[in-house]
Amino acid sequence: MIIAEKKPIEEVIEMVKDFRKILIVGCNECVTVCEAGGKREVAVLASSLRMYFMNQGKDTQIDEVTLERQCDREYLEEIRNRIEQYDVVISLACGVGVQFLAETYSRFPVYPGVNTCFMGVTEERGVWSERCQGCGQCILGSTGGICPISRCAKRLLNGPCGGSTKGKCEISKDLDCAWQLIIDRLKELDRLDEYEQIAPIKDWSTERAGGPRRVVREDVRQ
Amino acid sequence: MRLQYPSNIKIVSVPCTGKIDLIYLLKSFEKGADGVYVLGCIEGECRFGTGNLRARKRVTQAQKILDSIGIGGDRVQMYNLSSSEGPRFAEFAAEMTNKIRELGPNPIKRFREKLAA
Repeated sequence: MIIAEKKPIEEVIEMVKDFRKILIVGCNECVTVCEAGGKREVAVLASSLRMYFMNQGKDTQIDEVTLERQCDREYLEEIRNRIEQYDVVISLACGVGVQFLAETYSRFPVYPGVNTCFMGVTEERGVWSERCQGCGQCILGSTGGICPISRCAKRLLNGPCGGSTKGKCEISKDLDCAWQLIIDRLKELDRLDEYEQIAPIKDWSTERAGGPRRVVREDVRQ
Repeated sequence: MRLQYPSNIKIVSVPCTGKIDLIYLLKSFEKGADGVYVLGCIEGECRFGTGNLRARKRVTQAQKILDSIGIGGDRVQMYNLSSSEGPRFAEFAAEMTNKIRELGPNPIKRFREKLAA
């Protein structure tokens, strides 16, 4: 899922302090799971902003809505009838949702309420870590299911580098060396001979280096 | 024991302090409470394991938010005691009441009064 973190309330206040009718839009998907932009976080932000404005002596209307997703038009359409009554929208979705909301309702200023971080997993409640960078050419089949693109600081395809010490990466003693993990996993799978095969140069054009990406599937397109 | 404690306190009972969500604390202030304190069991003695520890984290979250928006994080506190400690219950009630009296009323009340006028 996409992992995001709540923006500090001071930053959100700075963005919307001059508006009088604010709609806070949450998202029921990834940001709900990582506790950054779901219904509960929408309620907390709305309550905090209401109190802030009341304390400033300003009569500001702050309403809340949480959509199933903000990355699909059909769910964004659910607020079409009510969005007209607001001056500004704060989206607590990931950067994808914020942009799609802004694109759908281009006449309204849309501000982000979260910082979108990465695609990752929930290691435990309150701890999330990166697992995928969406490079567009998955090599997990040859690396024992561990991604060196997202988990190796140098994104090495033929690792480890000289900075790997006792299974940890040189950039942090808390960070596992991805290539150590790969070797351990391949050993466990009795596939260590695959590690000896040199990985060819990766085609990075499918990654961000190739510019903004798009997937078009004519077989399902309408 | 027939202990006395300040009559301005409204008790909201919950099955465990772990039930207290951050939004409950914030809504109390939004509705005009001058202060809120959470009374949980002694740490390490939660019947459900970590309910009171979760509550403490949420109280800390509420303190940070209230500080950020100018209401004052000191208005929300967490105390721990066991169910047999009646005198401590009264002591915490008095302590919190005194603290809130020092801090004064919830500042958003002024706004509410202005709107009502």
